[in-house]
Amino acid sequence: MKVAIASKGNTLDHHIDVQFGHCAFFVIFDNDSNELQIRSNPFKDTTDQAGIRAVKWLAAEGVKSLIAGDFGPKIQPLLDQMRMQLIVIRKPETSIQQLINLLKQKHHAKA
Amino acid sequence: MPRFKTPRKLSGMPAVKGFRPYGPELDKHAEAIVLHYEEYEAFKMCDYDNLNHLAAAKLMKVSRPTFTRIYASARNKIAQSLAEGRPLEIEGGEVYLESSWLQCLLCGSYFNQPDPDALAEDCPLCGHHQIQQIEQLDFTNLQNSSL
Repeated sequence: MKVAIASKGNTLDHHIDVQFGHCAFFVIFDNDSNELQIRSNPFKDTTDQAGIRAVKWLAAEGVKSLIAGDFGPKIQPLLDQMRMQLIVIRKPETSIQQLINLLKQKHHAKA
Repeated sequence: MPRFKTPRKLSGMPAVKGFRPYGPELDKHAEAIVLHYEEYEAFKMCDYDNLNHLAAAKLMKVSRPTFTRIYASARNKIAQSLAEGRPLEIEGGEVYLESSWLQCLLCGSYFNQPDPDALAEDCPLCGHHQIQQIEQLDFTNLQNSSL
């Protein structure tokens, strides 16, 4: 399953971004193949509906689950419609590496 | 690029998938009329639950004028189906069912359960089994507090 994490920078040591739609980078992690991609957010400077556009873009990439520090109010209806999962981490100091370690651990525990 | 359609919130799915006419004069090849889920929901809220348009629009999370347009379209389609003896299919539309929110007691993350039929069992992040149901997350308040 592919998971997208909103990141402040393009390395794994950067922290999670508290904004979803306007975050700097998306780290797309595939649990099954352990594949990791870092993509810059094409909607970073979009003035409105950045979140909506980002969700549609990520959904087209096959992402099923999203992680960020916070989300805008327009996101939830869209995610429920597309049956995607939203994970909100209220700790802005969490690094991308920590999250990926957690996801890997969980995947190994299941397998 | 056109503006996105606001997704309409449903309180539940309709009991049936559609309706078929019966009788000797029946035209078996009549094309079905597609009634969208939001149109069914609007018709039900107004004429079965007897809500006014404003109250129903709030429940559906759309504006009052948008709701009135959806409702008008629903009545049109239902009347057309009755008058022309055509089957009615309930499907499609820009709709969603609101998901429930949970919190993991180990890592403290909040997450939703997107599949309304399945039961959430573990945290999607750390896999911990101690999770609890919470009220809806209020995003606007959160954003204000972080600024």
